[in-house]
Amino acid sequence: MSDYQYDHQTVKGFIISSIFWGVVGILIGLWISIQLWKPELNIPPFFTYGRLRVVHTNGLAFGLGIGAIFGISYYIVMRLTKRPLLFPKLARFHLYLFNAAIALAAVSLLMGMNQSLEYAELEWPLDIGVVILWVIFAINVMGTIIKRREDQMYISLWYIIATVVAVAVLYIVNNLSIPAGLFKSYHLFAGVNSANVEWWYGHNAVGFIFTTPILAMFYYFLPKSTGLPIFSHRLSIIAFWSLVFAYLWTGAHHLVYTPLPDWIQTLGIVFTIFLIAPSWGSVVNGYYTVGTDWNKMQTNYLTKFFIMGITFYGLQTVQGPTQAIRVVSSLIHYTDWVPGHVHMGTMGWVTMTTAASIYYIIPKIYNTEIYSVKVANTHFWLVLIGQLMFSITMWITGIQQGALWKATNADGSLKYTFMEGLVKNYPYWQLRTVAGLIFTVGMLFFIYNIYMTMRKGSLAASRA
Amino acid sequence: MAGEIYRKPIMFAIVAAVVILIGTIATVFFPMFTEGMHPKLENLKQYTPLQLAGKDIYQREGCNNCHTQTVRPLKTEVMRYGDYSKAGEFAYDRPFLWGSKRTGPDLARIGGKYPDAWHYSHFENPQSFFAQSNMPKYGWIKESKLNPAEVEAHMKANGFDYKKEDIAALSDKTELDALVAYMQVIGTAVKRAAPIGQTKPAGDHEPENPFAGDPKAASAGKEIYDQNCAMCHGSKGEGGIGPSLVDDMFLYVKGDLPDDDYYEIIHNGTEQGKIEEGRTMKGGMPPYGGQLDKNKIWQVVTYIRTLQKK
Repeated sequence: MSDYQYDHQTVKGFIISSIFWGVVGILIGLWISIQLWKPELNIPPFFTYGRLRVVHTNGLAFGLGIGAIFGISYYIVMRLTKRPLLFPKLARFHLYLFNAAIALAAVSLLMGMNQSLEYAELEWPLDIGVVILWVIFAINVMGTIIKRREDQMYISLWYIIATVVAVAVLYIVNNLSIPAGLFKSYHLFAGVNSANVEWWYGHNAVGFIFTTPILAMFYYFLPKSTGLPIFSHRLSIIAFWSLVFAYLWTGAHHLVYTPLPDWIQTLGIVFTIFLIAPSWGSVVNGYYTVGTDWNKMQTNYLTKFFIMGITFYGLQTVQGPTQAIRVVSSLIHYTDWVPGHVHMGTMGWVTMTTAASIYYIIPKIYNTEIYSVKVANTHFWLVLIGQLMFSITMWITGIQQGALWKATNADGSLKYTFMEGLVKNYPYWQLRTVAGLIFTVGMLFFIYNIYMTMRKGSLAASRA
Repeated sequence: MAGEIYRKPIMFAIVAAVVILIGTIATVFFPMFTEGMHPKLENLKQYTPLQLAGKDIYQREGCNNCHTQTVRPLKTEVMRYGDYSKAGEFAYDRPFLWGSKRTGPDLARIGGKYPDAWHYSHFENPQSFFAQSNMPKYGWIKESKLNPAEVEAHMKANGFDYKKEDIAALSDKTELDALVAYMQVIGTAVKRAAPIGQTKPAGDHEPENPFAGDPKAASAGKEIYDQNCAMCHGSKGEGGIGPSLVDDMFLYVKGDLPDDDYYEIIHNGTEQGKIEEGRTMKGGMPPYGGQLDKNKIWQVVTYIRTLQKK
């Protein structure tokens, strides 16, 4: 047993950091959800909706999402290569730099330093920091995989390698800008071109932050926690290559009916619909894996997290392509349906799968059992109910908004002013805050469970 | 053979990169070098220093989180906001600011829609215009003066032409002045089109008000007036941001106009320099033709007449 060689301290550090930034991001999410129906909660200059919303999205995508991805990928890579990280000290430095970067990111966004590119809001000095973080991650992951002690690379490693490559290209290209001082820059690309680059980036941030690394977790931890092998290796090969091929074509579905050239829009829509196939490749693979023994849903508490997670991934990857179709887009684009869609993905698929992976890792690292399966189950039901309530509320609001904007009188004039439409959102936005609150309470159960497991593990270790 | 790739991480990474780059090249890199991605309307002007400073503030405050700046070529959208967005309007926008969520209304045609005074008051207190608006108040930005040196650096980074005196003139301008200047230039490279959408085109209404003197129509008109007109013309027509409706002046000239001119102005709005009945408009009133049907406009006219009698 050479377990001590594994640099679990860094993995642990990333997991704890990501949970911390997750709490910050979720609380800000609650705050801005209230601002939508109670504008008095805007406190200028730092805490207005326009500034806080980007702290919410960046805090959760970069802080919670990428933080967890760094930590859990390191864990998966070490296990699948059967060796410690190639550069453990570099990994430790990576952890410190990550937290410094996220803290600076939050402060700079609150101060209004903002490139106005969605999910790429950080100004250029921080962009350089992010690139350095990514290069360190790439060196350690690729180096460790090259020096592995296992002949084959398992599916999860493919997804991690694809993530490393794709995010590097996407992030660097979209953040190319003309600096105008230390805190301000202008996009290298202008107008229509700027839009095309940004949404190529923006949609693939979903593809290579919220999809591929999470699938890496899914393919590793589902078989690990159930003890069941992945149903089809061949299916996973087909799904992988077609997914990473098709994703890059689809960004323009965010720009349907804008002045972007029509052919790019159409190509984007076509590939978006195609993307259902590889996405469901993984969904089917997951279902059939557990399909050999559905009892696992009851006997192993983690199985339901993974199966629910992949179910929401499946629902998302049908919902998204539906939204991309022109006729649907004309109704729901710019409405609350869109953030509704995003939240089902992040709260239903990403957070569910990541939390389950952490439930698996922490007891392993601490050489103990999970503190309480009961608490984990409570966590599961609360985040599930909160998320469903959230998404469904947003769908309804979105359809209502789109319909009111389009409604006309018999003589062809508009039926509702913008204000008349806005006011009808308020009850739904209040309900959304309640849903977010339920989800947050669920996450607190999760954090409590992880904290108690760590404490239990440390106590046992100190007694030994 | 093909299975080898799952044993060779570097080869795997290279193949993955190639696969990823195909779609990237086809839909992003290749179009970048075509003319279709760099259109510019003839009327499109570079931002002035004051406008650019305003655009920077728009970005700093994250206005694009709630406001889009692109009108889709859909009937109701064009009726609500104005002409659909053209590719050539955005050549000086780095980055584009089309947004992705319409919590507030689209702003692609906000330029020239209202007078400056409207924007100043609305930024300070949106709720005084629309009691149930959820827009944050932005009056606080008028406390900050612009920094001319900073704006100059920003003009240079964009490669915009500017005069030294325009930069110097910034020193007594506030951030709110800049933001309003930016609002007023958005979407102005496209000439304002006549509102569309009604079954009857503008000049095709009855020349006489069918509801003249009808108290029922007047009370219906009051409701519409209070929601749409009172914020600028006052709740009793006494004027404010917009001119008084009860002082026997119309389009800045003494003497009233007939009902059908009222109708036309409510329907089409006003445009600077346009002449109606020999009187020159100053502009600043948005068109209501897309939002209010024929009967509603006549009801408003009926109500205005009752205000004038008081």
